[in-house]
Amino acid sequence: MGTLSIPLHYFLILAAVLFGLGVIGVITRRNAIVIFMSIELMLNAVNLTFVAFSNYLNNVEGHIFVFMVMVVAAAEVAVGLAIIVAIFRLRETVHVDDIRLLKW
Amino acid sequence: MEFLLSIIESVTMFLLVDLSPYLKVFLITNFLMVMVMVLTLLERRISAWIQDRHGPNRVGPGGILQPIADGIKHFIKEDIIPGHVDRFLYILAPMVAMIPALVTFAVIPFGDQMTIPIYDELVTFKFQIADLNVGILYIVGVASLGVYGLIVGGFASNNKYSMLGGLRSSAQMISYELPMGLAIVAVVLLAGSLRLNDIVVDQSSFLHWNVFRQPLGFILFVVAVFAETNRLPFDLPEAEQELVGGYHTEYSSMKFSAFMIAEYTHMITAAALISTLYLGGWQVPGLASLGLPIVAEQLLQILAFAAKTGFFLLVFIWVRWTLPRFRYDQLMNIGWRKMLPLGLLNIIVTAAFVAFV
Amino acid sequence: MAIEEILFWFFAVAAVAGGLGVVLHPNPIKSALFLVMTFFALAGEYILLMGHFVAIVHIAVYAGAIMVLFLFVIMLLNVPEETRQGGVWGAMRYVALGLFVFLSFQLSYFGFQDFFGDKQQLVKETEIGTVESIGMSLFSEYVLPFEIASILLITAMVGAIYLSKSKLIIEESKKKKAVEKEDH
Repeated sequence: MGTLSIPLHYFLILAAVLFGLGVIGVITRRNAIVIFMSIELMLNAVNLTFVAFSNYLNNVEGHIFVFMVMVVAAAEVAVGLAIIVAIFRLRETVHVDDIRLLKW
Repeated sequence: MEFLLSIIESVTMFLLVDLSPYLKVFLITNFLMVMVMVLTLLERRISAWIQDRHGPNRVGPGGILQPIADGIKHFIKEDIIPGHVDRFLYILAPMVAMIPALVTFAVIPFGDQMTIPIYDELVTFKFQIADLNVGILYIVGVASLGVYGLIVGGFASNNKYSMLGGLRSSAQMISYELPMGLAIVAVVLLAGSLRLNDIVVDQSSFLHWNVFRQPLGFILFVVAVFAETNRLPFDLPEAEQELVGGYHTEYSSMKFSAFMIAEYTHMITAAALISTLYLGGWQVPGLASLGLPIVAEQLLQILAFAAKTGFFLLVFIWVRWTLPRFRYDQLMNIGWRKMLPLGLLNIIVTAAFVAFV
Repeated sequence: MAIEEILFWFFAVAAVAGGLGVVLHPNPIKSALFLVMTFFALAGEYILLMGHFVAIVHIAVYAGAIMVLFLFVIMLLNVPEETRQGGVWGAMRYVALGLFVFLSFQLSYFGFQDFFGDKQQLVKETEIGTVESIGMSLFSEYVLPFEIASILLITAMVGAIYLSKSKLIIEESKKKKAVEKEDH
């Protein structure tokens, strides 16, 4: 069994950078669909840490968690996009600043 | 003299052992391209025959050189990039369309593993580019990428017909991936492995071919594959009577040709996949009892695989010139209301069969 | 430089470039295509970590289904490009950039500090990521979460269908269209 020449923290830093990008996307973008995509980016950054730790700890549970995250992401996207389409039908916009009826 | 022989020996070993993966990739890619040429000619000749016309018969004996003439025509035509398109994506789209069609073939086994002695050394040949342990998942994954070429092409063209074609293709592909995946799950349940070679080995005798064990799954898979390859009766993304040319309306010259090549390569891959999963792949029933030498056996198996694939290619062409196109709501209706429940039923019956019989 | 390192850097740069594209590109369709690029790069990283099953499922689920759904909705709604805000709010993007650097540093330093250093070795070949091992533990130890996940998916499906077939929304949008027609 050989060892990979890349240390663990490279993967972790890559995941942290991607997570940071996702957070910035959620904060700065005003288009609901792009905000959704940034959330997907954050979920994927977490998946990368799961897989890296799974390899490092020689434990299969990381892969199981990635599987569960994918299920949640798929469910989230199905419902979220349905909500966005419904909002678009009513208000003809997906701009989150325009959707503020319940915001006080 | 002995020195010379030893050089020849090492060169042969190098060619057969070290170079064989690259050789396989090279040969298969080129074979696919040549088959696409043959298919374009076949499609036109067979359609002419079905419609009682002559078809292209001027270039070469019986029109055999027509594909080469077509190729030359496409190469020397002006390559128009309209001013209103998204330039980068417009150029990217034909490439994106071609890649999934070609890479799917990497995991399809077209012959049994063969171990023969060459110069006192046992050499194992795998007639498969990559023997992945997740082979069938790879196919499901890559098959779902074929839609990107269409979506990107449709969006980049900045044309309402192209846009509609891209939109239609994305909805169609997502809908028909489900019955395809469900049909594949039933096959995997029977074989107990995700490795494609194991699935083929599992169908060793004639009555064990999955087409007899999985008749419903076979029909579902073939219909879903027709939709995935955008062939009639499911060619709504390019429906020329409604959308001019759909996603490739704005394309000309070799870029248009690349879309066509991608479509035909998809067809070949789909036909190879059908014969691998349901018609026993390279299996020839009763071959072992003949007692042929191993190389002859191998050759027969590869020929059998080619024959099965060729048969399905003819079915593809035959269906195209026989059936009319579905309406879009009919397409969605069949996909979600008929094929999805049938696919689930198929899985339940197969699982019960595997568990209790 | 070993081949793995070259691949790691290639995929890492592609992933970060794709992520930047998602966040910065004003056109939502291009953002979505950049996200597809990031997903492919991440699949490459998973394969480096011997997670073959996860890598393939990642491609099939994210690139094959979720992103196609995103593209479909963006093209269906014909979402316009986002316009940049001028003035003080336009300058906020530099604040966001600073925030990004700060957040990434924070996460990687305080979160993963214990794992820094070259002692933390990863293995090149392992049986962990194979279908067999994942299947074994998914259907024995984790069978309850697995079943709950399936319930979650069915609930999401019902919810999505209900939302798109909701009579209230359809009537409201019809009313709105009728009002708009009168206005014209």
